[in-house]
Amino acid sequence: MTKAIGFLSRYRRHRFAGPFLLFSALFIAGVGFTVAQAATEVKQELTSVDRATLIAEGKEIFARGCSSCHGLNAEGAGAAPSLIGVGAASVDFQVATGRMPMADMSQQAMRKEPVYDERETAALAAYVASLAPGPAAVTNEELAWERDGNTAEGGELFRTNCAMCHNLAGQGGALTQGKYAPTVMGVEPRHIYEAMVTGPQAMPVFANTVLTHEEKLSIIKWIKFVESEPSQGGAALGRVGPVTEGAVAFLLGLGILIGIAVWLTTKAR
Amino acid sequence: MSEMKNELEPLSDPGLPEHVHRKSDVDPLAAKKAERQVSILFLFSAIGTVLFIYSYIWIPREQLIFLPIFGTTNAHQLFLGLGLAMALFFIGMGAVHWAKTLMPDHEVVDIRKEQRSKDEDRAAFVATVKDGAAQAALGRRPLIKRTLGLALGLVGLSPILFLRDLGPLPGNDLNETNWKAGTRLVTDPGDRPIRPSDLEVGGVAQVQPEFPIGKVRHLDDIAQDSVLLIRIRPEEFNLDAERLSWTYEGIIAFSKICSHMGCAVALYEQTTKHLLCPCHQSTFDVTRAAKVIFGPSARPLPQLAITVDAEGYLVAKAPFNEAVGPSFWGRDS
Amino acid sequence: MSARERVAGGTANFLDERTGAAKWMKKTLTKVFPDHWSFMLGEIVMYSFVILLLSGTFLTFWFDPSMREVEYEGSYEPLNGVKMSAAYASALHISFDVRGGLLMRQIHHWAALIFMAAMVVHMMRVFFTGAFRKPRELNWIIGVALLTLGIVEGFLGYSLPDDLLSGTGIRIAEAIIQAIPVVGSYLSYFIFGGAFPGELFIQRIYAVHILLIPGIMLALITAHLMLVWYQKHTQYPGPGRTEKNVVGYPLMPVYMAKAGGFFFIVFGVTAFLGAVAQINPIWIFGPYNPGQIGAGSQPDWYMGWLDGLVRAAPPIETHAFGITISWNILIPGLIIPGIIFTLMAFYPFIEQWMTGDKREHHLLDRPRNNPNRTAIGAMSLTFALVALINGGNDLLATHFDLSINQIMWFSRIGLIVLPPIAFVITKRICLSLQRADREKVLHGRETGRLVMLPHGEFIEVHEPLSPEKAYLLSSHEQLPALEIGEADENGVANPQGIKGKVRARMSRASQEQISKPTSQDMLELEDGHH
Repeated sequence: MTKAIGFLSRYRRHRFAGPFLLFSALFIAGVGFTVAQAATEVKQELTSVDRATLIAEGKEIFARGCSSCHGLNAEGAGAAPSLIGVGAASVDFQVATGRMPMADMSQQAMRKEPVYDERETAALAAYVASLAPGPAAVTNEELAWERDGNTAEGGELFRTNCAMCHNLAGQGGALTQGKYAPTVMGVEPRHIYEAMVTGPQAMPVFANTVLTHEEKLSIIKWIKFVESEPSQGGAALGRVGPVTEGAVAFLLGLGILIGIAVWLTTKAR
Repeated sequence: MSEMKNELEPLSDPGLPEHVHRKSDVDPLAAKKAERQVSILFLFSAIGTVLFIYSYIWIPREQLIFLPIFGTTNAHQLFLGLGLAMALFFIGMGAVHWAKTLMPDHEVVDIRKEQRSKDEDRAAFVATVKDGAAQAALGRRPLIKRTLGLALGLVGLSPILFLRDLGPLPGNDLNETNWKAGTRLVTDPGDRPIRPSDLEVGGVAQVQPEFPIGKVRHLDDIAQDSVLLIRIRPEEFNLDAERLSWTYEGIIAFSKICSHMGCAVALYEQTTKHLLCPCHQSTFDVTRAAKVIFGPSARPLPQLAITVDAEGYLVAKAPFNEAVGPSFWGRDS
Repeated sequence: MSARERVAGGTANFLDERTGAAKWMKKTLTKVFPDHWSFMLGEIVMYSFVILLLSGTFLTFWFDPSMREVEYEGSYEPLNGVKMSAAYASALHISFDVRGGLLMRQIHHWAALIFMAAMVVHMMRVFFTGAFRKPRELNWIIGVALLTLGIVEGFLGYSLPDDLLSGTGIRIAEAIIQAIPVVGSYLSYFIFGGAFPGELFIQRIYAVHILLIPGIMLALITAHLMLVWYQKHTQYPGPGRTEKNVVGYPLMPVYMAKAGGFFFIVFGVTAFLGAVAQINPIWIFGPYNPGQIGAGSQPDWYMGWLDGLVRAAPPIETHAFGITISWNILIPGLIIPGIIFTLMAFYPFIEQWMTGDKREHHLLDRPRNNPNRTAIGAMSLTFALVALINGGNDLLATHFDLSINQIMWFSRIGLIVLPPIAFVITKRICLSLQRADREKVLHGRETGRLVMLPHGEFIEVHEPLSPEKAYLLSSHEQLPALEIGEADENGVANPQGIKGKVRARMSRASQEQISKPTSQDMLELEDGHH
């Protein structure tokens, strides 16, 4: 207590430190304003590659990197499911988001840096797709979400079909027994689309017959809007709702006020 | 542990510590400095108001600004708020600093008196009450006392009666939904009828009962009718014969309104076939007719019996056989 | 006579000739207030309430409390063309099309959170220092009433925008109403004007939120302050401070400047939060639709503990004779909160009953000097905290890699096991602090300096306490336990029976103390030394 008072009364001498900090923060902010954030998307089209070579290549990568869990012929074993009939979309989603190969046999595969590059992923997808027909990887022409999507409609669809697991602001949420729905922020549109079509892990499948192609594009457009949406009211506090708000009210709001109350009731020297 | 001790003498009270003069009390220069500091604080407030006015008038409502940590945020709202905060905050800081450094800081001692009144006042008070009661003569006129009691008791009923028209009586409303035998299942949103083949294994769809053209779907309807369709492999069901007959080719339909407190239950895990309610974490096992396996809900989700019509679209086989949503006193099942 | 003095004199004369208030004003303006930071907590609550009234009035100028369905066409593009209630649309209008509207909405919401937070901390201060003791029991009860009203008021307030998150809260409230035995479904149909959600509840809770409850709260706050004023403020113990006096600064001018300045500071800090921290971004949540839901749907923090209790409830319902009793809702939603608030309101009288101490108290207790009360407080806070943690179990699960099932089981067991543990530990800590105080008074403060005695032994130098400090550590009262319930010397059992026995036990528990140092102890010690 006496320490706190001593500390505060020392700071009385620097009572312009507060306003000074505020102004310097605003200055830094102005500088930061000019910093532009440019996200560059590199899209490579795998067009001129001979399909058979691709499949052969994929088979080789599969034997090296995937067969220890999924079996030599992708027939599945133990916890690792069979990949026959899962299609290229599923392989692209799992491998290109880094979920596969898994780091460890934990509850759930996490998004991480992909192990295979784009060409290797395409080869794997081509190999798995050659085993049995399944959902094909989505092409860039089909994925014209900026043109064909509708943000408002996407929001409605997201709230009906996605928000219950992924949170109203797409921040992700808890499932049972330690599983979770990951955040959808910062996910490639292609992967969002593939996830809806294939239903990876605990996620259910949203077939095009139930959620049409255009509706999926609308959902993507809404997600992309929310992702880039400026935080209208200041710091977004993680966009997870009242829990962080309550913590801020106690720690920052009441904390500052109690600090000032201590200063206010300390005798001046 | 404290027996006897309370009769012993406490340490003596050294009394209020001596008053220590502040620098500003003894040093006119320090007082002058404090005065300047207070004025500077008030000036900060004035600057804040200027910032507030500037932001209100000249920063456009949609102007964005990039701040480290904050990310992109709205400049109008931010500077308007900072201006207001400064304007108010520094008035307060100035006033407090003024009070602390320049106003007298001699502590004053005030004497308390007991809350209890003096005995003669209390006696007089009691006498007045008794006197008043005697003058009103309630005790001697029991008829007045009783009829007054009756009147007061009855008049209390009128406000309650006044509230009667707040809403209709529930009647059988809570037991009914818009699902009838043969009602088509349509997607929500979209209102498209569904064929069994539209739903893949591992797939889900939120559906509503099809309404005749012209009938508008209100939130009241959605609050009762929302149904979740789930398709799994038929051999994974663990149902009795009757409940199995309510499914169609592995497609099972449950009320989406939680049997606990009415939230929309929709967190379906296709790996475990569990449905989770995000509000209170009641967990339902889809393969066992939404039996509760975790959380506070005490009842399975009501299951809707489904089949297909002549055109091959999914329809309800029968209305729900129990009330959907949270429990209520008159709920019979 | 200067011009200023003439104006002041003239005003005072004008007022006194019309109201005869001079005597009262003289007393009032020299009223003494003790200075301590913890006495400012109540002021934070009051000022937040004023901020809420001001910012709330601003919001009513645009808010449309109607559930009429409209199609949104405002400046928030991703909701354009979406069907929603007029209430939600007007909340969006305030946020995006009224200059300063979003700021005011955020100030209003932050002020509400700080209002409730400061109220809880203020009550903790009052509880742990025993400020609720006679003659202030009535003010404590008013405080409990204000807390209850504050919780309801806050809940209604964040329900007004009719967004998906708040609608979910209303849905849960409706389920609690429905669960009330016998009349539940009737009450629900009356409140909502028919089936949930109906088209009326926003305008109804609006009237309650902006008129009925604030009106009652304003009346209670006035009564609360008048009692504080009339009974004079409590003060912390210390040299020169007794049960018969109050030491502090006069209202005019010091306290007025400080308290007045503090209002602006509280408003300034709230405005600062409103400027830099986004709260309740309803535009992201979308309009309410009972068929939709978001993961991580939580109430504001002051409702969080209730939600946590509801989550932890066992899945029990009774079905019989065509009726249903939902224990899983009734117990955590109504019965436990009812018991908690009743016990809280009556605690001053319960403590009087336990200790038999019915005297007036104006000097505050240091929490350690009343171990039993402090332990009861710690026990209650532990219960509320575990419930609060369970209310956010889904967020804790995702952010700390846990499972909701684990947290739920932790809370279910913790709600029963942890509070008693907290009680025991707190009581032990208080008693050891008392022991340390006694040591300090008798043997001085450990300085940490080691000295080697001539014969080679090392001792730590103890510095005697100043008389002020020694008095502070020893001036508290230590009452003996009540002597009831025991058989008297003739072996005749006490007529009070079990009730008396319970009371005697409670009294013994509440009077467990380490004997404080007395002047006799000091004398004996000095004799020993010389």
